[in-house]
Amino acid sequence: MPKLKPEDLDRIAAKMKKTINLREGESRARVIVHMGTCGIAAGARTVMTALMEEIEKRDLKDVILTLSSCAGFCSREPMVTVEMKNEPPVKYVDLTPDKAKEILEKHVIGGNIVKEYALAVGSERVL
Amino acid sequence: MQRLHAMICTCTNCISNGALKIKNALEAEIVKQSLENDVLVVQTGASGLCVKGPILIVQPDGIFYQYIQEKDIPNLVQEHFLKGRPVKELMYVPEGKDIPIPKISDIPFFKDQRLIALRNRGIIDPESIDEYIANDGYKALAKVLTGMSPEDVIKEITDAGLRGRGGAGFPTGKKWDICRSQVLEKRKQSKNLRCYVICNADEGDPGAFMDRSIVEADPHSIIEGMCIGGYAMGATDGYIYLRIEYPLAIARMKTAIKLAKEYGLLGENIFGSDFSFDIEIFEGAGAFVCGEETSLIHSLEGIVPEPTQKPPFPAQSGLWGAPTNINNVETWANVPMIISWGAKWFSQIGTETSRGTKVFSLAGNVNNAGLVEVPMGITLREIVYDIGAGIPNNKKLKAVQTGGPSGGFIPARLLHLPVDYERLKEVGAIMGSGGMVVMDEDTCIVDIAKFFLTFTSDESCGKCSTCREGSITLIEILDKISNGEGEESDLDYLEELCIAIKDASMCGLGQTLPNPVLSTLRHFRDEFLDHIKHKKCPAGVCKPLVRYYINADKCTGCTLCGRECPADAISGMVKKPHEIDLNKCTKCGICVKVCKIGAAYSK
Repeated sequence: MPKLKPEDLDRIAAKMKKTINLREGESRARVIVHMGTCGIAAGARTVMTALMEEIEKRDLKDVILTLSSCAGFCSREPMVTVEMKNEPPVKYVDLTPDKAKEILEKHVIGGNIVKEYALAVGSERVL
Repeated sequence: MQRLHAMICTCTNCISNGALKIKNALEAEIVKQSLENDVLVVQTGASGLCVKGPILIVQPDGIFYQYIQEKDIPNLVQEHFLKGRPVKELMYVPEGKDIPIPKISDIPFFKDQRLIALRNRGIIDPESIDEYIANDGYKALAKVLTGMSPEDVIKEITDAGLRGRGGAGFPTGKKWDICRSQVLEKRKQSKNLRCYVICNADEGDPGAFMDRSIVEADPHSIIEGMCIGGYAMGATDGYIYLRIEYPLAIARMKTAIKLAKEYGLLGENIFGSDFSFDIEIFEGAGAFVCGEETSLIHSLEGIVPEPTQKPPFPAQSGLWGAPTNINNVETWANVPMIISWGAKWFSQIGTETSRGTKVFSLAGNVNNAGLVEVPMGITLREIVYDIGAGIPNNKKLKAVQTGGPSGGFIPARLLHLPVDYERLKEVGAIMGSGGMVVMDEDTCIVDIAKFFLTFTSDESCGKCSTCREGSITLIEILDKISNGEGEESDLDYLEELCIAIKDASMCGLGQTLPNPVLSTLRHFRDEFLDHIKHKKCPAGVCKPLVRYYINADKCTGCTLCGRECPADAISGMVKKPHEIDLNKCTKCGICVKVCKIGAAYSK
C-alpha cells in the first residue's frame, strides 16, 4: 500500500460517497420500487435489479434506490415512484426492466418526466 | 453496490445481548432470500440508546429497531428488506404511548443531541478506514501538515475554548502550549529529545462508558486527534492507555492503528511532510488510580502505579523524564473537528466558559439509559426528561449524580441547572469524565454515598494515609448512621474528616473522594438527620432502620403473605387481619411485594 498524499483523501472519499450518502439519507433523487407481494409477483425484483445495475453502471452517487410496499394499485404493478429533490413525487406503472432504465435516464438524470409510463404526479394525502 | 444498509450495533452492550448472533442470522437470511446484492450488513459502534439493545438501524430510510432477537430476523428480512414494509413491532415506542416512531431522526432521544465527538457513531464501520475518510476523516490532519504551523494549531485549539473532557476541565490549548514550550526549551540542549502524547482511556468510574464507546465506534478520530496534537507539541510517539477490561475497544483500536500505518497516516513522513509519529497501545490492568496522570505514566514505565507530587508536571518531566501531554479520549476526538470547522464554529456551541459538547453516559433510574452527547449549557431537566424520557414506574426523581465517585449529588430541585464546568462546581458536583447517574425516590442517600466511598476506598493506592485510612473511617461512620447508631455530632466529624482528606491527599483520587459525602451533607442533610434522630430511612433501604407492618384495617386475611414469608414471621387466621412478629422478621420485604391490596407496608 503506497503512502497517502493529502489529495488521496478526496479520491477515497469520492469512491465512498455513495455509501455515506445512503447512510445519511442524503440524495438528489430517491427512486422507490414498490415491492408488495403484488409487485414482486408482477416482476418488481427484476425492475429493482435492473435499476441497481444501471445506477452502478452509470456511477450515480446522488441517487438513492429504496423500496416501499404495495402502493394500492396492484393491477398496474410493477410500480416505481421517483422523488426528485424539491419536486412532487411521480408514480410510474406497468414497468419492465427496460422501461425502468428509460425512466432513470430521462427523468432521474435528464429531469424530464416520462409521460407515457407515468400514472400521476403527487401522492395520497396522509392523515 | 447495495441499495440498503443494515447497520447493526456491535458495541459491548449489544454484543452481550447477542448482537453477533443476530448479525450472523441476518446474513444467513439475506442469502436465503437472495438479497446479498441488495443488502449490506454493517457493524457499527454504539448508537447511544444502549438500554434498548440490540439495535438495528436500516438506511437509507433511517428506520430504528430495538430489542432485536434472533427469531425476529426472518420476518424482518422478508417484510422490510424484501417487501419494503418496516416491522412496527420492533420499533421504538415512547414511554406511556402506543404508537411507534419509525425513524431515528424523529425519536426525541436522538433528535435533541448534538454530535461532535460521537459524529460517526452508527454511521461508519469502525473497522473501515475508508468509511472514516469518506466522512472527512484525516482531512484535518492533512490541513495541519500542509498549511499550519504548530503555533497555529495551538492557537486554534486555545481559541476554540476546548477544555479537558477527563474531569478537571483544564484548557487544552494551554496544556499543549506549556508542553510545546518545554519541548522547545529542552531541545536546545539535546536535539533528539523525545516527547510523548498519551490518550487516557483508563475509564474507571462505575457506570461510565463514554470513552469505551468512542474507541469502539470511531477509533480513527482519536488517532487523528493525537497526530494533530503530536505535531503541535513536537511529539515523536503516542501511547493509548486502554484498560484491559475493554477487549473490543482494544481490538478495534489495534485494527485502526494497523490500517492507519498501511496508509502512511502513522509512521515516517506523514502525508509526505517532515512529521513522523507513531502510536502504540498500552493495556492497563484496570486500576482506578491509573486515570491520574502521574500514576498512568508510572504504569507505562512499568513501575508501581502510585501518583507522585506535581510539580514537576508531566509537561516538564513525564514519561521517562521527557515532556509528556495527556488528554482524555473525548478531548482527542474533538480535536479534528475543531481544526476542520474552525475555532469560531466550536466556540459558538455551549456556554461562556464551557465550549462545545459533552458526552454523558446516562444511567440509573431513567427510561432511556445510554450514551448522549449534548451541547454544554443544556439543563439537567432536558437531559433527564426530554432525552432520558423520565423516571421509570412514575417514581419521583431524587438526585442526579455526576462525575462518578469523585463527583457530587445534585438534588431534584436544581434540575434547571445548566450543565457546564462552573455551574456544576458551584453546587458541589463536577463534570468529571461524564458519568451521570439518575436516582429515584427509592435511593437512600446515606447508602449511595457509602457505595461510592467503598469503591474509592478499594481503589486507593494506599500511598497517602488520609486517603487510605480516611476513606475507611468515613465508611465506618456512614455504616454507623445506616445502622441507626449515628449521633448528630457524627455529621460535623464527617465534614471535618472530608476536608482533611481533601487537603492532605496528593492526587485527584484522594482529593475528590470525600465529594459524595460533602455534597450529600450539603443537599440532603435532612435525610442524614432522619437516620440519626428519628432512626428512619425514608427510602427504606437501610435494613436495620426499616420495620414491616400490616395495616389491620386493610388486610382481608388472604394468607398470601403468611405463606410467602420465608421467616414464618406472619401469623393470622383466614379472613382475619394478619400480624408480623418483628422479632422474627428478617426485613426481606416479600410481604410488601406479594400483598395485592397494599396492606403490608414498611416505614
